[in-house]
Amino acid sequence: MKQVKVLGSGCSKCVKTAEIITKVASDLGIEVNVIKETDAEAIMNYGVMSTPAVVVDEQVVYSGSIPAQDAIRGWLS
Amino acid sequence: MFEIFTRFADWLVYELMGLSPDTKLGDALHFFVEDVSKIYVLLVVMIYVIALARASLNVERVRDFLAGRHRGVGYVLGSGFGAITPFCSCSSIPVFLGFTSAGIPVGITMSFLLTSPLINEVAVLLLMSLLGWKFTLLYVLVGMAVGILGGVFLDQIRAERWLQSFAQKALERGRQQQSVQSGPVAKLSFNERHQFAKGETWEIFGRVWKWVIIGVGLGAALHGFVPDGWIEAHLGDGQWWSVPAAVALGIPLYSNATGVIPVMESLIVNGLPIGTTLAFCMSTVAASFPEFILLKQVMQWRLLAILFVVLLSAFTLVGWIFNWLTPFI
Repeated sequence: MKQVKVLGSGCSKCVKTAEIITKVASDLGIEVNVIKETDAEAIMNYGVMSTPAVVVDEQVVYSGSIPAQDAIRGWLS
Repeated sequence: MFEIFTRFADWLVYELMGLSPDTKLGDALHFFVEDVSKIYVLLVVMIYVIALARASLNVERVRDFLAGRHRGVGYVLGSGFGAITPFCSCSSIPVFLGFTSAGIPVGITMSFLLTSPLINEVAVLLLMSLLGWKFTLLYVLVGMAVGILGGVFLDQIRAERWLQSFAQKALERGRQQQSVQSGPVAKLSFNERHQFAKGETWEIFGRVWKWVIIGVGLGAALHGFVPDGWIEAHLGDGQWWSVPAAVALGIPLYSNATGVIPVMESLIVNGLPIGTTLAFCMSTVAASFPEFILLKQVMQWRLLAILFVVLLSAFTLVGWIFNWLTPFI
């Protein structure tokens, strides 16, 4: 199962990002575990400065805005 | 150029709704319609144009640029980039830590973060259209000065002592690193710029449209319902206590620059001195409790308290200096 983390200090965009990822995954029938990471130190350790950012299996794949659905499909499959 | 908005408001309020320009309601509503329509059109056009130009600028590039700079230049550059770099205030903490872990001194990082809410393209644009270029220039200079001097002061008192310990360690590691690895700068095609600008326009407009309504609404209420001359009679001489009072009043009020500028316009038109108005606006925009609570993640209480006092004193000073200077401008 893919581990997905959404990095961000709990702003509305981060919540939305997590929701979209969950939705895309369920549309594709892929099981994912989406966690929201809000801890400042943890976000720093990923080297991310623009949130929301997306981490898939410990790799930062995206940062700075709500990702497009196409991009999400790419990371999950 | 802006006449079209006056005519639109004439048509809507006086002709279509049949209100008389002599009634308080008609006057206030006319002001509201004119300003809101003008601001909305300007916002959409200008955000798009500016976004096209700065599509390739982001906090990562600013960090790489600031890392390893000489301090003197660092504060000015930090503040300058704070004014032009787009980033959401919800990213303040990651940005702070990103800069810090690149070894950039706390003062330079804070020059960036303090200037950022005070000056942005939307604020500048609104000031230009509502209050003219002289006031805009003054506002930008003062905003940058607050950011630069605030940053210098924080480094002078060695503010890094009062960071949370993980942030202190990150700063230490960053200083020892020789250079930050910066990714290659992507060359953007026009279509990519257009996509970015479209997204920005949509996003910023979606965020600020309601502030414009609130701000102009308050402005219209002031315009139509506060008796003419009341503000001028009571606060018009720039009584010294009115400035700290305005700053204190601005703390619990939280708005972004977009919402507060239409209010500024009304206050100034109604005779509130420029310094008092500036102090009120800067305090509303830059000193807010929610943001300070966020900063607690990276700063100890002591530093937070110092920062708060520094900001409030800076705004009070700005107010006093401008009230004092007004006769000479």
